Amino acid sequence: MEILRTIYAEDMEDIATGGAILGTGGGGDPYVGKLMAQQAIRKYGPVQLIDIDQLPDDALVVPVCMMGAPTVMTEKLPQGDELINAFRALEKLLGRKIDAVLCGEAGGVNSTTPFVVASMAGLPLVDGDGMGRAYPELQMVTFSMHGVSATPMVLCDDKGNSLVLETVSNGWTERLARAATVEMGGSALLAFYSMSGATAKKAIVRGTLTLCAALGQTLREAKAAHVDPVAAIVDKLEAKVIFHGRVKDIDRRTVGGFARGTARFEGVEEWKGHDFRLDFQNEFLMAERDGKVLVTTPDLITLVEAESGLPVTADSLRYGLRLIALALPANPQWLTPAGIELVGPRYFKYDVDYTPFFTD
Amino acid sequence: MIRIGIDVGGTNTDAVIMDGTTVIAGVKAGTTADVMTGVVNALQKVLAASGLDASAVDVVMIGTTHFTNAVVQRRDLAQTAAVRLGLPATASLPPMVDWPEDLKQTIGNHGYLAHGGNEFDGRIISPLDEAELLGIAADIKAKGINSIAITSVFSPVSSDFEKQAGEIFAKALPGAHITLSSEIGRIGLLERENAAIMNACLRDLSAHVIEAFRKAITETGIKGRFYLTQNDGTLMDAAFAEKFPVLTFASGPTNSMRGAAFLSGVADAIVVDIGGTTSDVGSLHKGFPRQATVAVEVGGVRTNFRMPDVFSIGLGGGSHVVETDKGITVGPTSVGYRIVTEALIFGGTTLTTSDVIVAAGRAELGDRSKVAHLTADFIARTQDKITSMLEDCVERSRLSPDPLPVIVVGGGSILVDGPIGGLEVIKPNHFAVANAVGAAIAQVSGEVDRVYSLAEIGRDEALNDAKQRATDAAVAAGALRETVAIVDVEDVPLAYLPGNATRVRVKAVGELHVG
Repeated sequence: MEILRTIYAEDMEDIATGGAILGTGGGGDPYVGKLMAQQAIRKYGPVQLIDIDQLPDDALVVPVCMMGAPTVMTEKLPQGDELINAFRALEKLLGRKIDAVLCGEAGGVNSTTPFVVASMAGLPLVDGDGMGRAYPELQMVTFSMHGVSATPMVLCDDKGNSLVLETVSNGWTERLARAATVEMGGSALLAFYSMSGATAKKAIVRGTLTLCAALGQTLREAKAAHVDPVAAIVDKLEAKVIFHGRVKDIDRRTVGGFARGTARFEGVEEWKGHDFRLDFQNEFLMAERDGKVLVTTPDLITLVEAESGLPVTADSLRYGLRLIALALPANPQWLTPAGIELVGPRYFKYDVDYTPFFTD
Repeated sequence: MIRIGIDVGGTNTDAVIMDGTTVIAGVKAGTTADVMTGVVNALQKVLAASGLDASAVDVVMIGTTHFTNAVVQRRDLAQTAAVRLGLPATASLPPMVDWPEDLKQTIGNHGYLAHGGNEFDGRIISPLDEAELLGIAADIKAKGINSIAITSVFSPVSSDFEKQAGEIFAKALPGAHITLSSEIGRIGLLERENAAIMNACLRDLSAHVIEAFRKAITETGIKGRFYLTQNDGTLMDAAFAEKFPVLTFASGPTNSMRGAAFLSGVADAIVVDIGGTTSDVGSLHKGFPRQATVAVEVGGVRTNFRMPDVFSIGLGGGSHVVETDKGITVGPTSVGYRIVTEALIFGGTTLTTSDVIVAAGRAELGDRSKVAHLTADFIARTQDKITSMLEDCVERSRLSPDPLPVIVVGGGSILVDGPIGGLEVIKPNHFAVANAVGAAIAQVSGEVDRVYSLAEIGRDEALNDAKQRATDAAVAAGALRETVAIVDVEDVPLAYLPGNATRVRVKAVGELHVG
């Protein structure tokens, strides 16, 4: 098998930084996941990143994820064996050996969690994920559009409890797993969406882990060379700067268990005199400039600090921060009718249709 | 009210004496190895300069970088046991997991995991196990460790386990210094635990340093109370500071920026504090320093303190000036406090920025004849280099194209002459002792960071409860109740959790109660 890249403990720094950018304001801080991956790699060895085409069609591939409230994840750290236990339990349930680990969500904390399992299990990790970004719900993966079932799924907590789910739809998996996660103390770790190599070749968003690493590297090198980090990311990502401004109001409320809200910005420098509004539901989902909808999910909207280029989450938005908003094109799979139905603005109860921003 | 503000830095101990809002006198003295002698010298000097008697002084406020420097330089730190309550959760990442190896070794890397901890909603992860804690206490005793940091999962929501464990350790290890994480940090286990451990390892030093301050004040004949300034520019009393030295970590830049705002009367500006070795640049918003948004590291350790967003460059009054084939370089090396013997103008042999400024005729300092050999071209090119370094860092701290003024303070302010990058420069009176002024004008604060279930009590009631707790905390810290105002309210819904679980942070600030 051809190895794309071997990931050592120190490489996790760049991956976590890139993962936070693809987190689009949500997804949880990758810091804790990065430390766990580094511990695992130091103890069990580096992770071999492979292209999905290296796997035979009949290979068995399993994604892993952390689920729950980002704030809980920074406070109640995992026991440490939850991910590998969920992974092993699912393997036992499926009755055959798993051949490779997959990333469920390349944005936020879950850009790092698959490295923990890949290192502990000594299995290759596929370069790709099910979102190309972060989303709040478990059924919001490209796998869903290819008929892959989230179940059988194994959910493990820090106490040693585990739960096996068999459901009628991925939407039901989300509902039941969400309730279980809350009972487990607000965070849980899971293995789900088992699929064949052939399915994975169609269903995943490719190259997103190497993209995370490249983004982190770009920021690190820009800082070392004292060049504009934001310009460096824009170059790397086909991204567009959509606003530069200062937070002038943040309105947060909890709707249906999600952190919903709106942040308003007033422009500075080249955007002086303009205003900007971001709607978020854990992740940034819709951007309006001067009262006109500009970018919506599934395209990515991310906020970075002007000076450092470091990403800023919706949770840490505060009055007066001066930030740059970037738009990044979504993976084309999300732009199909099925994709828009799953993660378009209407699913999140915004009364607008998906507005294509990148039209080349 | 007569108050004295003191800033104890690595090189200088500065003091100012103020009557209400008027600065009567400001002086500089050298910091001494025992701390106390330097403070006594500064106090005596400032009293003499003011013509006031020691008995007239109502209160003394001290800002110090002593504890930050101890961590950064890995010196005078005690062996410390880090006890975490949360098993079976949290075992994946033990205490000090992300610390620099040298610092971890300096304090012994004594991490212990035990049962305890709460869930986000207050449920118990596992009950406290007294026998387990007594076993840890026995091990701590056998190792001869006297400083303990206790961190329980979600202790900002419920601190009962930390308190109970603290009592068990206090009983088993009489005289041990015990730090509870819930008393100093906010939600974010590793960052709060890091702060608790750093605090615990500074407790021996803080007992020594606070005693030195106390003795210095008594020796000078001052009867008034004394306080230390903390990260956010507010005060804590000496007994509290001795227990929580970690809360002084960012007081240096905070005091110089607040002092700059006060002395200049300008509330929105960029502040450049030029010392002997470095220049710190930050921005002022409504009289307070702009806070950093990302996690701040101290000595390589991640914390979640609120600290000013300050950018430092290696440019000061003692910076080396060297001509190379690529042109003139200034800093980052410096003669530091040895400037008084090593700079050319003071009869030394090292060319510094101060020498060039004196040669240019911009300052009266030392013996100008010692720099008469510098050519006009060399002087001009060095000044251009200094100007471009200052322009660069001021530009980085600018938040808008609006023409904000630049306030220049600190002992190295002679390096600045005229506008920086087209921005007006203000050098207020007493600019050299702005830090000490910042200490003298500090206020008292109280802070609360809790998770509320809004489904049970409603948002208004939760906010009122938090405001009340913050106000009480400020009053307990010495604020005059009628002057206490809420300065910061923040509520963040905890995603994915039912019952509208919301994290509320409130900060209250008031004037110091004297009398």
